[in-house]
Amino acid sequence: MKTEGRKSSVVPVTVVCVIILVAWYIAAIFMNAVVAEPKIEALGGGFANTVNVSWSLDRPVIPAPHQVVVEVWKTVFTIAPWKVRSLLYHVWVTLSSTLLGFVLGTLLGIGLAVAIVHSRLLSKSLMPWIIASQTIPILAIAPMVIVVLGSIGLTGLVPKSIISMYLCFFPVTIGMVKGLTSPDPMQLDLMRTYNASVSQVLWKLRFPAAMPFLFASLKVAVAIALTGAIVGELPTGAQSGIGSRMLAGSYYGQTIQIWSALVAASAVAAALVYGVGAIERIVNRQMGARA
Amino acid sequence: MRSSKFNDVIAPALFGIAILILWQATVRYFNVPFVIFPAPTDIWSKLIVSLPILYADFVQTFIRAVIPGWIIGSLSGFLVALLCDRFAFLRQGLLPLGNLAAALPIVGVAPILVMWFGFDWQSKAAMVVVMTFFPMLVNAVAGLQASGHLERDLMRSYGASWFQTLVKLRLPAAMPFIFNALKINSTLAMIGAIVAEFFGTPIVGMGFRISTEVGRMGLDMVWAEIAVAALVGSAFYGLLVALERWVTFWHPSYRR
Repeated sequence: MKTEGRKSSVVPVTVVCVIILVAWYIAAIFMNAVVAEPKIEALGGGFANTVNVSWSLDRPVIPAPHQVVVEVWKTVFTIAPWKVRSLLYHVWVTLSSTLLGFVLGTLLGIGLAVAIVHSRLLSKSLMPWIIASQTIPILAIAPMVIVVLGSIGLTGLVPKSIISMYLCFFPVTIGMVKGLTSPDPMQLDLMRTYNASVSQVLWKLRFPAAMPFLFASLKVAVAIALTGAIVGELPTGAQSGIGSRMLAGSYYGQTIQIWSALVAASAVAAALVYGVGAIERIVNRQMGARA
Repeated sequence: MRSSKFNDVIAPALFGIAILILWQATVRYFNVPFVIFPAPTDIWSKLIVSLPILYADFVQTFIRAVIPGWIIGSLSGFLVALLCDRFAFLRQGLLPLGNLAAALPIVGVAPILVMWFGFDWQSKAAMVVVMTFFPMLVNAVAGLQASGHLERDLMRSYGASWFQTLVKLRLPAAMPFIFNALKINSTLAMIGAIVAEFFGTPIVGMGFRISTEVGRMGLDMVWAEIAVAALVGSAFYGLLVALERWVTFWHPSYRR
């Protein structure tokens, strides 16, 4: 997540990326051998033929990087975004439920944290259950959540968002509880000498103090909200979204389609985390923090 | 001290029981259809009846996929972190990528892994390996740098080799970070194994059972499976917490 600054790491990162690419191309030759062998034989063998065939198969075991790039380019730029075959359309479907779930989860997380910080009873009784709630693999319940919500009339965007919400409220709650309790006793005492009410302490001291914790949690939360939305699309046989592209690709053996969906998901994740970072910088500047 | 510990157990337990009673009462009173929310007693009776099936699913998903994958993934993450620690170039190159990978929806590689490793538990274990690798890498690298300069200088003044410094100073100092990763990985491992089962599986396994029972509207079985998953997940996590307490007893957060 620390992508900005640190010029010294540009060279090493490039080198590692190049190594990964080279390894990928070499792996493509060996892993595709099973499928490519007959075709190579038919062309008379030889190194050039081996490379040509195994890097341009229709349904490779592992596609060569340039095949994925071409597929992404084709489905993003040559097809109108509102068509079902466009990757952008699916990205939008997933992104919208991610964002809705992220917003809901953040609000729920902050609300719970505020309640927990202010009530000893709640913090005692609620906290263990919040932690236990995350040991349930929610992604495993995703199909049931979606079916149950579907049977009471909620379909489409909302059920997926609820899965995202369930996943991302947790880091927000944990981070905010820590953040809201981070002002030290001296500062709290000062507020008391001002005769500040509970809500004044919350707004003027606790919230500003919790901001760094909030944004650290939000970066985690937005990433898992995306994961939640993608997995939410898997079990329902959804017709659109990044997850459904993966599922369709795995049913029909369209490896390149799976990989391009994966690339799209990664790009969205990086953009979301970067976006939260940008908001964090703006908020910091507004609050007069040192840049 | 003793009475507050009592409260720590009693308060959440009461809360949980209250939820269960409320759940049961709501379902019975409003006659909530079975396909939406089965009552806790329905789930319990189903759980008792289908213990053999649940056990088979548990073995397939947890013993065959989660545990080996978790061990291999965490171990390889740790070994690569050691390499990163030894060679600064590797650290500068791999760590930004590792941080990026931590934000990526890694569950997405599940269909690819199922294609590569087949329908049985191997592909699920591979999924768990991929999911658990990066958190361990990132945390272990951070942990290995956690020991202070003073301590490291002291080790140098003793003439300690890199290996000695590692074993006697930096590994112990890294333990809280490593346990943090292990705990994160324990939940990730469950998720990875179950999600990978959505993409194709033999006719046994927790993810398989959940998705087929949902299709058949057998929601009591789904909930029974979830109860098992939650129980296993919590036990796994609790075991790690106990182990952590035993290994890093010196850490400030355990001081009374």
